[in-house]
Amino acid sequence: MAGRTQTSRSRRPAKQQDDGGATAPADVPAETSIDYYRQMTLIREFELRAGEMYTRAKIGGYCHLNLGEEATVVGLMAALRPTDYLFTNYREHGYALARGMDTGRVMAELFGRVDGVSAGRGGSMHLFDAERRMLGGYGIVGGQLPPATGAALALTFRGGPGPDAEAVMCQMGDGTTNIGAFHESLNLAAIWQLPIVYVIVNNGLGMATTVEHASGEPDLYKRGCSYRIPGERVDGNDVTAVRQAAEAMLQRARTERRPGLLEAMSHRLRGHSVVDPARYRSREETDRLRTLDPLPAFRAQLVEAGVLDDDTAAHIEAEAAEKVAAAVAFADASPEPAPDELFRFAYATDVPNAPRMMPGDPVLPAGWEAAV
Amino acid sequence: MPEITYRQALHDALRAEMMRDENVVLLGEEIGLFEGSYKITAGLLEEFGPERVRDTPISEEGFVGAAIGAAMLGMRPVVEIMTINFSLLAIDQIVNHAAKIYGMFGGQTPVPMVIRTPGGGGQQLAATHSQNLEVWYAHIPGLKVVAPSTPADAKAMLTAAIRDDDPVILLENLSLYNTKGEVPEGEQVATIGKAAVTVPGTDLTVVGYSRSAVIARDVARRFADQGVSIEVVDLASLRPLDRQTICASVRKTGRAVILEDDWLSYGVGAEIAATIAEGAFDYLDAPVRRVAAAEVPLPYAKSLERIALPDADALIKVINEQLDATRFAR
Repeated sequence: MAGRTQTSRSRRPAKQQDDGGATAPADVPAETSIDYYRQMTLIREFELRAGEMYTRAKIGGYCHLNLGEEATVVGLMAALRPTDYLFTNYREHGYALARGMDTGRVMAELFGRVDGVSAGRGGSMHLFDAERRMLGGYGIVGGQLPPATGAALALTFRGGPGPDAEAVMCQMGDGTTNIGAFHESLNLAAIWQLPIVYVIVNNGLGMATTVEHASGEPDLYKRGCSYRIPGERVDGNDVTAVRQAAEAMLQRARTERRPGLLEAMSHRLRGHSVVDPARYRSREETDRLRTLDPLPAFRAQLVEAGVLDDDTAAHIEAEAAEKVAAAVAFADASPEPAPDELFRFAYATDVPNAPRMMPGDPVLPAGWEAAV
Repeated sequence: MPEITYRQALHDALRAEMMRDENVVLLGEEIGLFEGSYKITAGLLEEFGPERVRDTPISEEGFVGAAIGAAMLGMRPVVEIMTINFSLLAIDQIVNHAAKIYGMFGGQTPVPMVIRTPGGGGQQLAATHSQNLEVWYAHIPGLKVVAPSTPADAKAMLTAAIRDDDPVILLENLSLYNTKGEVPEGEQVATIGKAAVTVPGTDLTVVGYSRSAVIARDVARRFADQGVSIEVVDLASLRPLDRQTICASVRKTGRAVILEDDWLSYGVGAEIAATIAEGAFDYLDAPVRRVAAAEVPLPYAKSLERIALPDADALIKVINEQLDATRFAR
């Protein structure tokens, strides 16, 4: 692992690692590696179909894909226990799937249907599953950090530190490290000794703005230094390295109540969102990115290691395609929320005079005089 | 019935709820060791300890957001924002997160938290520390905004707010903390979303909330001495807004004046006036009038601050104009 990660306490200069992370996962059981490949393949297939459904206008709004980030996503989710809590940004379809959320219900949310994981109220950016402790994708850059920090604070009231203690993972993009909420949250986590791991998925770009252009300290894992939060950079294309780095930080969060800052160097194969053709990238950069695609690299690596053969790989890929096709069919068959459901989630505690006017309705309900 | 201050009433409600429910925790700047800028939390650090009475750094966005996350995991945090002016540092967390999380995620997690914060000018704190920004939050679906005017209401509304499963902003007011009133002993829980007719009358309705409801009651008493029967509607809750109580009152009196501490344009009074126009139009004998703050960044100089803020004299002037315009016989 030492060859694949850098720590903020290390004296070595940080440099981005673009070697595709193709180290043999010798210490990982074959089944586990195959399962990672299965999850990565599912995410790839889901995202490709989501992009297609967007262009067919089945999906509205913004739609940000995890294409190219599959190894990072799967590695992070493999480090998380079912009892841990997850907060993410709006590029979170893959996290939801790897967290075990139902593929059909995730797609139904993108379609804005009643069976969606957020009942059609959230869409692509706002996936949520209380049972799986996926406490939300958040559309405002940095918005998830303070609530995630508060969730970690709540955990300190539940019990003391220990190997079985719960922890919080808070994922974000590279651009988020420039926002105030990032710094306020890290400071709170440090002074209150909270069990939380902040994860920066550094794909090099906030929309079209490079990390170097936007950040005074472009080695983002070092940005925890101001708060004495240990940082570590890991090759986001190496699923096992990501998992191990995240696990180690989560372990420290559980047992020592020390927050951590993990930076996964990853790659966004396409634009910021489905509608972004990424014209700001040169042809050379686009070609280079293609060589950094974690899926073929991981597949080749597993085949080479004798863990996977082409038939099994093809079977996994066909399975993913079937599962996503079924998810699309499920989403398409799910009804749109009915008009009389508009105010269903207006308040958790209903109170008198909660406004229920539709556009054009009078502000007072018919027959109100009798009630006064 | 014991007479206590508004400050004491808030303190008593916090303490009682902390004793009743261990999930109630307090977060805010200087609320522990310093006992709160306005001493609402006096003694609570000593009684409940630094975990439950948690001093925060100056990080409004951070600790308001942290309260949201803690609430999502079942805590019932009560946040003190030193004054409503500083809530602007946390507005993304309040508007984009606290207000949205329950509905946007399909009702999977409530956000049972309270933000206590005082508004109000008149203390020579100048432009950035004297604002009344309640309408910013009253505009936002997903929030509840309450504005008690008496010590009894303060206690009952804070108790209700803490027990409510939605984010509630409890608007306090710098000039009310030392006011006294009778407060029933023991548990009192207000109904959020209801206005109250605090002075019954027949000739003219004055609508107010928080400090302006106190002034309205005082002015109503002064008019009563002259044989003019003023009805006072204390909104108590800005979101939801009890439009029916307002319109029922104006249908009875035929005249309406709104007293508000915020600025006139797009203020609370604008919403009330529109409501009256719709719900009591045929009953009005005169146009609805509003008495609100002059639209300037509030100056420091006492001479300018005094005239910029709405007060009893301005309300009396407008009430008299309303009565004269409708040839009210006195």
